[in-house]
Formats: sequence, structure tokens, C-alpha cells
Amino acid sequence: MFENKGYGLVNSSFTGSRIRERRQALRIKQADLAAAAHISASYLNLIEHNRRKVAGKVLVDIARVLDIDVTSLTEGAEEALLEALREAAAVSKRGTAESDRLEEFVSRFPGWAKLVATQRARMTTQDRTIEALNNRLTHDPFLAEALHDLVSNITAIRSSTSILSDTPDLEPAWRERFLRNITEETSRLIDGSEALVSYFDGQVQSEHPLTTPQEMLDAVLARKGYHLPELEGLASGKEQDAAIALLLAGSEALATPQARALAKWYFRVYAQLARDLPSGQVADAFQDTSDPAALAKRFDVSLEQMMHRLAVLPARDLGSEFGLIVSDPAGALVFRKSLVGFPVPRFGAACAIWPLFDAMARPMSPQRDWMETPPGRRFESWSVAAPIRRATFDTPPIFRAWMLIRAEENAAVDQPSRDVGTTCRLCPRSKCAARREPSILTD
Amino acid sequence: MAKTVLLIEDEPNIIEAISFILSRGGFQVLSHGDGRTALDAVDRAAPDMIILDLMLPGRGGFEILRDLRAHPSTEDLPVLMLTARGQKTDREQAERLGATRFMTKPFANGDVLEQVTDLIGQA
Repeated sequence: MFENKGYGLVNSSFTGSRIRERRQALRIKQADLAAAAHISASYLNLIEHNRRKVAGKVLVDIARVLDIDVTSLTEGAEEALLEALREAAAVSKRGTAESDRLEEFVSRFPGWAKLVATQRARMTTQDRTIEALNNRLTHDPFLAEALHDLVSNITAIRSSTSILSDTPDLEPAWRERFLRNITEETSRLIDGSEALVSYFDGQVQSEHPLTTPQEMLDAVLARKGYHLPELEGLASGKEQDAAIALLLAGSEALATPQARALAKWYFRVYAQLARDLPSGQVADAFQDTSDPAALAKRFDVSLEQMMHRLAVLPARDLGSEFGLIVSDPAGALVFRKSLVGFPVPRFGAACAIWPLFDAMARPMSPQRDWMETPPGRRFESWSVAAPIRRATFDTPPIFRAWMLIRAEENAAVDQPSRDVGTTCRLCPRSKCAARREPSILTD
Repeated sequence: MAKTVLLIEDEPNIIEAISFILSRGGFQVLSHGDGRTALDAVDRAAPDMIILDLMLPGRGGFEILRDLRAHPSTEDLPVLMLTARGQKTDREQAERLGATRFMTKPFANGDVLEQVTDLIGQA
């Protein structure tokens, strides 16, 4: 029964290392663990040195003897590093990275792997800066107006100067007027140039010069693990306003007024959610049922509110870690809490097979699905699309789609699953009908 | 009788320079600086041609050009678009909307006179 996809395809190169660490921490001899797991000591030795992959019943037996969850042995901090390196390979235009040997690379050269991932993260930030700068140069109203003014100043100076030099019989009154015009325009040109220099100076000195408000809010939420204890258990009104003001003041990443306005709006939503769904009560109820729909009914809130709440409560309170992805009708992801093994693309379009997008096509129809990612990890999901603005006779509704995700906990449940990925470039499913562009992970 | 050029432009010193150049060339130059009332100014002036700036307060040059081309009395009136934005897309849009010529700031004085003379003949 353990040969299903839940554990059977887990092949992390680090599982052996974690087994060894756990065994040594418990002071269990290798031979004793091998005997308890019904394998030879030499085979266990190979496993512990990541020379043999371990899965299925053997893995479950080892986990039982070591008194640890299977997932704790198969998933770890290296996952984030692997994801970062996959992303680095995805954006490489040369496409020469040996993606199939990624885990081996991390296992053998952890220092180099971290260096590559760090460099890639820096490059991503710089790419975004360049993109934002480009957008700003193209669309920034201040720049457009300032540059237009500069060109106008130069035009007037050039024309006036030409008139002065090319018109030998110019009357003194005209000469005086054009000289005055040149003086005026030169003065404006200097002012305009200084204003431009100050503008760019301000951009360079800003700690977060060019990221979007959504990115700034994402950064704050990710740093806090999406849980905001400052906004839990508050009465509405002054207490809430004070807590939000404090939170805003302490969030340096919210570097622009627009980012602070967006964050303020989200913090209010969060505080309201925390009031309607107190963490202790939700955690207690969650022990009876983990079905978001049943929980929503019990607390008399909408399904999407309950899904949001489950996603922002700490895993230690619920005993489960949830991720949440929210999309607008254009496919833009407006909330992204990823899970280990289920990364959410920061830029570009996500996997079109995600149930999230089915839900958007069938508003008000909740659906529960099982997904399997290319490494063979399975996730449960609950999705629903609901209006954030209801329709009237004059205005159409505006929908959002929510998808709550959780790593499959009960591997014995062999539900049919849909094959999903993160985004086409990072997905090896070459025959996927929803593919938009080639993957860098396949030939 | 001198031919009339209506200069729709909001920068006083550019107006003065162009007016001087064209006046010296024998043209009568009238000017107007507000995009919102530019069409009224065209009606009043009944010019032989228009020099039209792209960025104007109230109403942009493209909108004014579109209206000029939609009206029978001005659909064939020569229009020289004058702008600080020399981007290819602006030039293409100007051509699409029916601009007769397109000139980018900063321009040479001789070029303005040459374009005007080319479009409506000697003063």
C-alpha cells in the first residue's frame, strides 16, 4: 500500500543524509536500524550516504523506527535551494545546465549550489529593476513631461540662437527679445536638468526603488510567514487602527505610499478575518474536520474567507501547513503563499492545469482536487471562484479564484490526480496540452 | 496677399521664434496655445496650413488632427505636426491620422521655412 505515488516517487538525494542525522541524534547504531527496518546494514549504509534511493515500505519502516514523519525525511531546507537552482536553469538562455543531476550537484557541492542560487536571486532582482526602470522611462508621467520640457527649452534656444546668428540686419528690439528668450530658456533648462538629476538621485538612494506595491507587500507577508499576530484578537476601531499603523511603521519594505496603501487595505482584511475567525476556535474546529467548506459553514463565513484564514494560521496551530493562491480573471496572481514542493511563480503565468483556473471558469462551484507535481509529490487542493463585486443591471461581476493547497497527508488515499507543474518553462511534461512554451527541463 | 499659417503651440518662445522665421519668409502667422479651443481658432483663422504641436494643454495634437480630418472644410488642409517626441510610433500615428508632414523638435529654422514653403508655396 505504500508503493503509491505519495511516497513511492520521493527520490531526494538528501533523504539518506537526514536518516543518518536522525539516527545519530537518537544514538541508534546503523546495524540496529537496519535490522528493525528489515534491510542489511550495508544497504542502509548506501542509503545513508545517498548512494541508493529509498522509498516505499523501507522508507516508512525507517521513519517508524526513527519516530519521525516520512515527509520530514524526504523534505527539507534543501528544497528551497533546489527550487532556486531550477529557476536559475530555467532562465538560462544557453540551456546547458544538467537539470537531471541537480540534486547530485547540491549534495556534492552545497557551497557552490548556494552561491549559484544567491547569484541568481541577485540577478533576478537586478532584472526586475531594469524592467521597472524601462517601464518608468516609457510611462512615467514626470519623466515624460520633464523630457518634453527640456526638448522645448532646447528648441527655443536653438531657434533663437539661429535667428541671432543668421540675421545680420536684425533690429535691436528683436535682438533684445531673442536674447531675453535665450536667457529665460537657459534658466528653465538648468532648472529642469536639476529636477531630473534630483529625481534619479532619489530613485537610486531609495532602498526599494523600483519594485511594485504588490511585490513589497508580498515581501512583508513572506517574511512574517503570512501570519500577523499583531492583528489577532483585536476589537475593531481604534485598537485595530493603532495596530495597523504600528505594523506599517515597522514594515520598511513598504517603501512607497502606494505599497503602504495596499498593505493597509490587506491588513484591514486580515484583522477582520481574525475577528470573525479567532485562531483558537478555528484550530479547535480543525481537529474535528479539515474540510474548509464544513468549517466555513460552522463559522458562518464564506468558503474563500475560511480558505484565507487556514492559509494564514501557523502550521503549529493547525497541525497542517496550507498554501494559498488567489488569481484575478486575467490570471494575475494577487496572493501567493507557496508550499515546499509547490512553488508559485513570481513572474509570468502559472500552470494552466491548476484547479484554480477551472474554478474561475465555473464561478461559485467549489471543487476539491488532487494534484501531482513532476517530482511525484501529491497535493490536495480546494478551489472556488467568487465575486469580489456583485453584478448589477449596469455592471458585470468581478471574480477572484482561491486555491488552498496542502501536501497530501494520507498517502493511502489513492485519489486520481491531475498532473500539474509550476510554470511551463520549469515543467518537464513535454506532452501537456496546456503547454505555452518549451521547457528547459526537456530536450 | 500673404498666406496664413496657424501655429498651434503652447511654448511662447517657440511661438516667437517660428513666427519670426515665417514672417521673414513672407507668411502671416497666427498662434493659438490651448488644445481645447484649437478647432475654434482654426475656424476663425481659416489658415492655408497648420503647424500643430503634439503635446498641448487640454487636448492633444492627435485628437485635434483627427477632428480636422473628420470635418469637410479641413480634411485636406496641410498639417505639419511638430513634436518633442520623435518616436516611430508617434510618426506612424500621425501619418495614420492624416498629418501631411511630421517634424521633430529641436528643428532647424531653415527646415521649418522649407516645409511650409513646400506645402503651400511661396508667400
